[in-house]
Amino acid sequence: MIGRHTVGVLVANRFGVLARVSGLFSARGFNIASLAVGETEDPSVSRMTIVVEADGPTLEQVKKQLNRLIDVIKVQELTSDGMVDRELIMIKVSISPETRTEILQIAEIFRAKVVDINQKSFIIEATGDENKIVALVELLRPFGIKEVVRTGRIAVSRGPKTIA
Amino acid sequence: MKKTGADILVQCLLNEGVEIVFGCPGGANLPIYDAMYRAGVRHILVRHEQGGAHMADGYARATGKVGCCMATSGPGATNLVTGLGTANMDSVPVVAITGQVKSWLIGNDAFQEADVVGITRPVTKHNYLVKNVDELAQTIKDAFHIARTGRPGAVLVDIPSDVQLAETEFIQPREVSLPGYKPRVEGHPGQIQRAIDALNAAERPVLYVGGGAISSGACPELLELAEKGRIPVTCTTMGLGAFPGGHELSLGMLGMHGSQYANNAVQDSDLLIAVGARFDDRVTGQPETFAPQAKKIHIDIDPAAISKTVPVDIPIVGDVRDVLVQFNRQINREEPTEWLNQIEKWRRQHPLKWKSEDGKLLPQYVIHRISEMTQGNAIVASDVGQHQMWVGQYYRFNRPRHFLQSGGLGTMGFGLPAAIGAAFAGLPDPVVCISGDGSIQMCIQEFATAVYHRLPVKLFIINNGHLGMVRQWQELFYGNRIMASDMTGNPDFARVAEAYGAVGLHVEHAEEVDAAIDKALSTKDNLVVVDFIVEPYENVWPMVKPGTAINDMMGTISEMA
Ligand SMILES: Cc1ncc(C[n+]2csc(CCOP(=O)(O)OP(=O)(O)O)c2C)c(N)n1
Repeated sequence: MIGRHTVGVLVANRFGVLARVSGLFSARGFNIASLAVGETEDPSVSRMTIVVEADGPTLEQVKKQLNRLIDVIKVQELTSDGMVDRELIMIKVSISPETRTEILQIAEIFRAKVVDINQKSFIIEATGDENKIVALVELLRPFGIKEVVRTGRIAVSRGPKTIA
Repeated sequence: MKKTGADILVQCLLNEGVEIVFGCPGGANLPIYDAMYRAGVRHILVRHEQGGAHMADGYARATGKVGCCMATSGPGATNLVTGLGTANMDSVPVVAITGQVKSWLIGNDAFQEADVVGITRPVTKHNYLVKNVDELAQTIKDAFHIARTGRPGAVLVDIPSDVQLAETEFIQPREVSLPGYKPRVEGHPGQIQRAIDALNAAERPVLYVGGGAISSGACPELLELAEKGRIPVTCTTMGLGAFPGGHELSLGMLGMHGSQYANNAVQDSDLLIAVGARFDDRVTGQPETFAPQAKKIHIDIDPAAISKTVPVDIPIVGDVRDVLVQFNRQINREEPTEWLNQIEKWRRQHPLKWKSEDGKLLPQYVIHRISEMTQGNAIVASDVGQHQMWVGQYYRFNRPRHFLQSGGLGTMGFGLPAAIGAAFAGLPDPVVCISGDGSIQMCIQEFATAVYHRLPVKLFIINNGHLGMVRQWQELFYGNRIMASDMTGNPDFARVAEAYGAVGLHVEHAEEVDAAIDKALSTKDNLVVVDFIVEPYENVWPMVKPGTAINDMMGTISEMA
């Protein structure tokens, strides 16, 4: 059964490592739903959060093949109840004198912030899990979304255990 | 004292035990060539970089050492791609050193620039671009370590020409420390115990052996296990030679062109022990139908090879040799007489043999004679096609590292340069290449390399005037519509050989075969090319129809004993 799985990957922070990881996915026909990457507390190490669409055996292969890469230090699958996950979105939405307040109310309910404003549009910033982000987008859609940028999911396991 | 990057590189290669480098110079690696000149490194000028990569590969397959090849930037480096992919697919340790344009020109579409690290990423185990001369020594040490350890493979190091010229203090590299790379050598004791229990209880076990048994040096342990447990052994093409072909427990090759008895044994087994083999689709046929009743044990150094195509019951990740040593300590089982009798019956019912026809020179006969006359002791490189499968079927390999062929990538053009690479290793056994009229033309320019160095390579061309394997598939599966597989236009290979300064022979009749092989074997100081003009429409039998189970074979010869 195909599902969405979250995989945390520690990699050596080296030139070309992102290409190596993404190249592995394309070469082996694995589906990436999202991939987010940034430095960790140790500047020589980066961490990727990869969301893959795969069935059980394919997910196993994804993990094993990632582990095979020399620059990959550790691979950990994160389960939905064992992790905290977030995504950041910025939405540029059209406004008019009539819709301004309503949009602000929606933003407030979602604990989203307006980070830019002019005569014609807001930029609204929100963080949350995927469901929340999708719900916000759907609520704003009728007002006219001009642009959307999303980071993709980042995730960390709950409790004291760490990936390293 | 400061040294240039090029001098440091050469020093590091020597420290890694590199005895010979195969390559071709160009603007972007001239500092390296100059440094090799000064250090007296043995370098073999190849006629095409693909040949160089295959030579390094053939040298590595025959010796077990790391092969080393070199190319200049851009087209030189891109010419290595097929050779690196070939080595990497078959887990052969090769390190390629390429020159790159000056570091400040990278990305500017400079003359002879190519994104070599990008291009070779999918065909190597790992690769590097060295941007700073201070990193060079450590990078080379890491590269050789990665190439030769774990599941071996190809590693490329790309060095811009300014880094080759830059000077720095040569600091002996640290021990290798790669946090993401720790191949597991020892198998899990619990898993090993489960496997041994399963083996001791099995009634119809079969050992299914691949190239990993050879690269880990596990052949003596394999022989011991088979004999102690009285377990029949079948090999993939990559595994041929891991177990003596003439042994009573040997079933020869399995899979698409394996023997009917090997395939029957696998399909009927209740325990299949895969030893350094990777369940390639040429072996398993339709994966769901592969050895359906068998509990499957898989011993492999590469965790990613396990359960990739066929689910395995007892996976053991570790060095094959290490694991077999433990098997041998605890194996305790009775002779499976009934099972061995059943296999003997299949062997007699469906022997591996060809139909001889009057007056026709058959390829199987030629290979059979090469096998007999070399007593199974030659180092045999083959190319890709029908002849390769006939070598697998009819050359009786006695020892490991004696069959050099492109099993994974299936690269035509591999055979001759691989044989040349092996010949440079200076091993006592004769080096033979068995090729096809199609394959040989994909690296024929290396005749010059062999002749210049007076290498006694014996090249036997099984000339059927076709891309034979393609023609066979067109005959069987495409209504005999022969499209683009007729090789009309071939040159007279014996005369081509002579033009290069080699010995050229032309054979059309069965009576002349032995004399030609004899002439080739007794020539000690030159390439001998024998062009065997064989029956053009001979097919490789038996054959598993693609997409079916492997005991469902076409073209089996049946004989009731
Ligand atoms: C570089 C490359 N190109 C194409 C193929 C596809 N191919 C596989 S076998 C074969 C025919 C080989 O012909 P030949 O070398 O004459 O050997 P034969 O099958 O006749 O023994 C071809 C074209 C290949 N394996 N490698």
